[in-house]
Amino acid sequence: MEGTAVLGRLNWRAAEVVELTPETSQTKTITFDVPGWPGHRAGQHVDVRLTADDGYQAERSYSIASAADGPRIDLTVERLDDGEVSPYLTDELRTGDVIELRGPVGGYFVWNPHAEGTVFLVAGGSGIVPLMAMARQRALESSRIPTRLLYSARSLDDVIYRDELAELAARVDGFDVVYTLTRTQPAGWDGYGRRVDTDLLREVGPVSSELAVAFVCGPTPFVEAVASGLVELGHEPARIKTERFGPTGG
Amino acid sequence: MDALMLDGNAAAGLLQEIFGSEMTTAVGTCDGCGTAGEVGAVLLYRGAGLAFRCPHCGNVLMKIVVGGERVWVDFRGLRALELNT
Repeated sequence: MEGTAVLGRLNWRAAEVVELTPETSQTKTITFDVPGWPGHRAGQHVDVRLTADDGYQAERSYSIASAADGPRIDLTVERLDDGEVSPYLTDELRTGDVIELRGPVGGYFVWNPHAEGTVFLVAGGSGIVPLMAMARQRALESSRIPTRLLYSARSLDDVIYRDELAELAARVDGFDVVYTLTRTQPAGWDGYGRRVDTDLLREVGPVSSELAVAFVCGPTPFVEAVASGLVELGHEPARIKTERFGPTGG
Repeated sequence: MDALMLDGNAAAGLLQEIFGSEMTTAVGTCDGCGTAGEVGAVLLYRGAGLAFRCPHCGNVLMKIVVGGERVWVDFRGLRALELNT
């Protein structure tokens, strides 16, 4: 049954680092091998627990970046300079290291492959991570659900998964990407160059009669602006799923 | 708007640990304004503990404090909680 991956008690599992892939100057993808991993749905998270030599423990929740595919999962972690957990994950972890994680958790912010209409994904910064899992899951299933990603980043160098997103869009199977670069734009940039506002959502997003569901993920002010903009454009609040990345992500 | 604000999704692991099942798709009814909505969509504030607030009226629905081997849960602002079986 569908619930087997999400129901029941959660156990901490040992997860071995098998690959480290730098994405941007501030983000890194960590691939874990998790024996017994039950699979997950795109958009779900894991809780990561680190234990210091003196027994002190710190826990954080991270979105899974990969589609469900065997015992391996990818987490893409943004390094927060004053964070307690993320600098360890991005700077100190080496392949072969083992950490504890539990999951998958969450059932609210997950890709529903049977949705009717257009799916609108709106990412702010590292808020792309769970939306990338959705784009990857969609591609893995050869889904043709019309899906548009609006991705806001500070600059082109801050765009995570840029090459892979270009490949996904090049399949011409109903998935496309629109970028807006809010701080610096390269010479000759023909995409958007401003923060996401109601006008930009109107230009890029589906009209309300065509929206199956919108998934919005990013920092709290970004999510608030996008969600209220979508409501202003006449979209039903129940079709707008949000996930805020707060400073507790550290 | 508060930079320390998250949403119910962020507590998915802790809630599942406490309740023994996936809780972000459970539907809670606010005792303040009567609005019903999914736990994943409520506002979450993290401090010494977690406070879950109604996104419509701001009423505190639930508070959770984890201390050592114990967990305290206060449901005062929640009229009903509907779980998927």
